[in-house]
Amino acid sequence: MSSPKKETRAPLMRISKRAQISTPKAWGIRACALLLSLLVSGLVIYAIVKLNPIKIYVSMFEGAFGTTRRSWSTIRDAMMLLCIGIGLAPAFKMRFWNIGAEGQIQVGGIVTAACMIYFGNSLPPLALFIVMLAASVAAGAVWGLFPAFFKARWGTNETLFTLMMNYVAIQLTSFCVSIWENPAGSGNIGVINQNTQAGWFPPVFGQAYGLNVIIVLTLAVAMYVYMRYTKQGYEIAVVGSSENTARYAGISVKKVYLRTMAISGAICGVAGFVAVSGASHTISVSTAGGQGFTAIIVAWLAKFNTFTMIIIAFLLVFLEKGAVEIASAYNLNDYASSIITGIILFFILGSEFFINYRLIFRRREKKEVSAA
Amino acid sequence: MTQLIQLIQEALAFGTVILFGAIGELLTEKSGNLNLGTPGIMYLGGIAGLVGAFFYEAAAGAAASPVMGVLISLVCAFVVAGLGGLIYSFLTISLRANQNVTGLTLTIFGSGVANFLGGSLNKLAGGVGQISIAVTSSGYRAATGLENLGFVGNILFSYGFLVYLAIVIAIVASFFLNRTRAGLNLRSVGENPGTADAAGISVAKNKYLATCIGAGVSGLGGLFYVMDYTKGTWANDGGIERLGWLAVALVIFATWKPVKAIWGSYLFGVLFWMYLYIPGLTRSSQELFKMLPYVVTIIVLIVVSIRKKRENNPPESLGLAYFREER
Repeated sequence: MSSPKKETRAPLMRISKRAQISTPKAWGIRACALLLSLLVSGLVIYAIVKLNPIKIYVSMFEGAFGTTRRSWSTIRDAMMLLCIGIGLAPAFKMRFWNIGAEGQIQVGGIVTAACMIYFGNSLPPLALFIVMLAASVAAGAVWGLFPAFFKARWGTNETLFTLMMNYVAIQLTSFCVSIWENPAGSGNIGVINQNTQAGWFPPVFGQAYGLNVIIVLTLAVAMYVYMRYTKQGYEIAVVGSSENTARYAGISVKKVYLRTMAISGAICGVAGFVAVSGASHTISVSTAGGQGFTAIIVAWLAKFNTFTMIIIAFLLVFLEKGAVEIASAYNLNDYASSIITGIILFFILGSEFFINYRLIFRRREKKEVSAA
Repeated sequence: MTQLIQLIQEALAFGTVILFGAIGELLTEKSGNLNLGTPGIMYLGGIAGLVGAFFYEAAAGAAASPVMGVLISLVCAFVVAGLGGLIYSFLTISLRANQNVTGLTLTIFGSGVANFLGGSLNKLAGGVGQISIAVTSSGYRAATGLENLGFVGNILFSYGFLVYLAIVIAIVASFFLNRTRAGLNLRSVGENPGTADAAGISVAKNKYLATCIGAGVSGLGGLFYVMDYTKGTWANDGGIERLGWLAVALVIFATWKPVKAIWGSYLFGVLFWMYLYIPGLTRSSQELFKMLPYVVTIIVLIVVSIRKKRENNPPESLGLAYFREER
């Protein structure tokens, strides 16, 4: 008794946009995605090393928080990632695809290293600190303003522009490294001011990375307030959701582009400053090390909320540290962390769909008959 | 003279890597998907080819033939890279995730998979030292037989078959996009999916196909990099990632026209290797010269945006997810 009117049947399922979703439900969906992704990553790990995934997650935890020293290095890296994310948030909220954080970090790092090398012995610590901060802010801002200027003036594609600026910055770094290299011919410049520690962050509360935390958390609060409670922050949101609306409302879109990218670049420059002066005390082509890209995901997943970013930054750094631990324990290389990060992000990205849309399945035809 | 020949040969080899990447990305972008996962996809293609050849040579032992090795690694590279495209397609087309973020994630994932396997494949398989797939690699690098025809032979015929395949694929892609109905449908999906949908063209199907096949083609770029450019070895040095981004830039450089991408890719190759052939450069000024391809890309981006010719514009809906009910 099959019905010949097959083509008139409703599709098996269709999707419709949700009007709104309660916050707990949305976070529930995200949590499910996270759990699923950990499950899948566990399976992948199992497939490769044939070890109990639970044990592996335990040893990952050991790797990230096992000792005080490890905890602080986790905190240091999370702060770095958070700092870049904070820098990217306003740009992305404005729908300006600033893929160039890597470059902005590198130039911030270069000028910081330059200050340490050239003024390390001549300036008092506080003055040196201020000069380094100002220089890195300026360098990052300039690096961000370049693409913003052309985007504002001629609508030049900023995604690739900022991307190419990364490589220009990286080559600039190799250029500086070849000038400053120490010892000559080694291809890197070693730790700057090893003996005098000039230009290094002083320990705060007895912690070497205390100042990193203070700087970055201050930025997080400031950026939260800036984006949520100031006129400029509101302008960013308007330009981001509709340029035409912004223009109609009398907002100078060009000005917002330039101003926001200067801020975005400047904060990424500060991240370079923190990385050089507050962590590695040296500069190399891998100072940014791909974190400029990872931070995009941090900012995006947190919906540009700087406090949510703290959680996500810690999650990602935890995964990375954990994967490095597994890798060294089982003699594998630490790129395993990129695989796990990738899988988890795929799931979280996919879960956004179930937050924004809902699936409606076709009802059984019998039911419709009985209902009628 | 020999220096010039060497520069041209290096430029062509370099250009072939990014030409594959760019043609794949171009097909993808024509469907309205801006896939920033291209470097990751090229990584996937490269490592899949390597793994395929590695296991084939390990299994066949001394009996391994270059032809089989080439075939196996070619299929592996295309399929695995295509699967990378499928992940991207499912997330962005079916689940309407943000294209840029998904693409970047795919790049992280792909480079992770590739560098992980490339670095530890030998250990996992119980061997020591570097991976060696000499037989397959020699199959890829077997020249045409005409390379001894003096200057012309050196420049035109001294490469493995993938160099020529890249050109053929670019020309076929151009023909497909501009001269066939399927190509017209694909372009209409990229320009205005709403209109295409109303005309009865399946938006999802076109986007899926273009993205997955495009990813497969991009993956061949990674394969060429591993088999020919680095002669069948693997190094965790981020080389493919750099070239992958240049491939994405090349699409804009070529203003979404496959044939233009051919000479564009070779130009990039010349710019990339030029620093080796300029006399009197110190090591530090060489580093500045290596900026050239990136600076030129930036200049091209600016010039294209200033001229604003209609035929040079990107597909209208590039980067946007399509949801029928959203008008």
